[in-house]
Amino acid sequence: MQLKHPALQASLSLVLFILLWQGLANLLNNPTLPTPWAVLTILLDEINSGQLTHHLSATMSRLAFSFCISMFLGCAIGISLGLNKALDNFFDTWLLIFLNIPALVTIILCYVWFGLTETAAILAVVINKLPNVIVTLREGTRALDKDLLAMAKCYRFTRLKTLQHVILPQLHPFIMAATRSGLALIWKIILVVEMLGRSDGMGYQLHLFFQLFDVASILAYTVAFIVVIQAIEFLILKPLDKRAIRWR
Amino acid sequence: MNDINIQIDDKSYLNTSDNTSKQVIKNLSLSLKNNEFVCLVGHSGCGKTSLLNILAGLDLDFTGNITLAATQPKIGYIFQTPHLLPWRTVAENISLATSCSTETLDSLLNSMGLTQERNSFPAQLSLGMSRRIAIARAFVTDPDLLLMDEPFVSLDSPTARTVRQLLLNLWNKKPHKVLFVTHDLREAISLADKLIFLDSKPMTVLKEIPVNIPREERDNELKIEQFKQQLFIDYPEIHTLL
Repeated sequence: MQLKHPALQASLSLVLFILLWQGLANLLNNPTLPTPWAVLTILLDEINSGQLTHHLSATMSRLAFSFCISMFLGCAIGISLGLNKALDNFFDTWLLIFLNIPALVTIILCYVWFGLTETAAILAVVINKLPNVIVTLREGTRALDKDLLAMAKCYRFTRLKTLQHVILPQLHPFIMAATRSGLALIWKIILVVEMLGRSDGMGYQLHLFFQLFDVASILAYTVAFIVVIQAIEFLILKPLDKRAIRWR
Repeated sequence: MNDINIQIDDKSYLNTSDNTSKQVIKNLSLSLKNNEFVCLVGHSGCGKTSLLNILAGLDLDFTGNITLAATQPKIGYIFQTPHLLPWRTVAENISLATSCSTETLDSLLNSMGLTQERNSFPAQLSLGMSRRIAIARAFVTDPDLLLMDEPFVSLDSPTARTVRQLLLNLWNKKPHKVLFVTHDLREAISLADKLIFLDSKPMTVLKEIPVNIPREERDNELKIEQFKQQLFIDYPEIHTLL
């Protein structure tokens, strides 16, 4: 049988994965690997009780805040460095230092210096994400088409017009790359941030379940997580991609 | 109507690898009166693009003096390649150069035969079409000086002829001062009021020759050819330039 339809292929592959999981869980018959059904039951319970929604939305709002701040700052700084060679040479070392500080160190330092507060949590995530955005956007800016910039200068485009019509459309692939890698990175860091110093959010909950050795709940929260990330990909990122490449 | 006077004493490029500097323009002076169509004729790579970039204000690193019409002169620049924004439609590419009314835009598109392509993206169009858009964009700004850098190069000859004719139609309707760079002498004769022959390395003016063929006879190939032959007889030194 030929599987031509990609959606059909994907669902068959997912079913196979769940069957394997079920088979393995039955074989081991151990509470550290609950069956898919048990996980689903807990997931529905957590949703009904409002627990999951509460913690998920706490994490989501931290994610949204820190993502927006780091993208905005990262784009601004990255474009400036890409356009200005002297500035770039000077701050290159700083960037190198920040790129290489382990995430855990920034998180600990932020909590030590600014207390176990929401601001410290978001700041820690931003500091972790920012250097990546800067580097990606700097590369993008260096690759800008000189001919089009000359055209914009000759026809006296204002700075805003140049940014909107000449620079940003060229940077779009780089911004999308920074967005994708950024979301993946922030998801992971934000859980550690919550685990170490917050009293709500997915990270806090996972830590709690870990102490209780409650694997079924950990897996239930993980499933919710994967669903949300995929929803962001399909509902926000994919349409943005499509819109921007109309002209190709 | 202000004349345009261009005097460039020196334009050099510094070679950073061995710290030598190479002079590309030396003591070049030329002027444009009224709405003259001036063709600059010389070798490819003799520094003509450097000159146009200086005039367009893209290159400020030179010694000399340029008097343009206004303090904030409007320059229309038709580059060697069209330099269109691929992510903007034809209409947007033109109207971004200056804010113009829909009627102006529509009539311009119509006169360049681009009405059908109004909402197309440049990637969907042929090179000839893209050149037409670049020309329309330069004209819509109503420039004090129009610069053209071999805009018909790499077009096949029927397309080049069509686009050249469209350019002349626009220019006849609304004359501007034009500096047109080319290494094709026939093209220069068919377009120009005045030919300026340029010597290269470093670039300097060798000869200025007015073209006295009436405009309505410019599409007569024979006349152009005769003028060209006569030029070679009268000024044998231009042979080395072509």
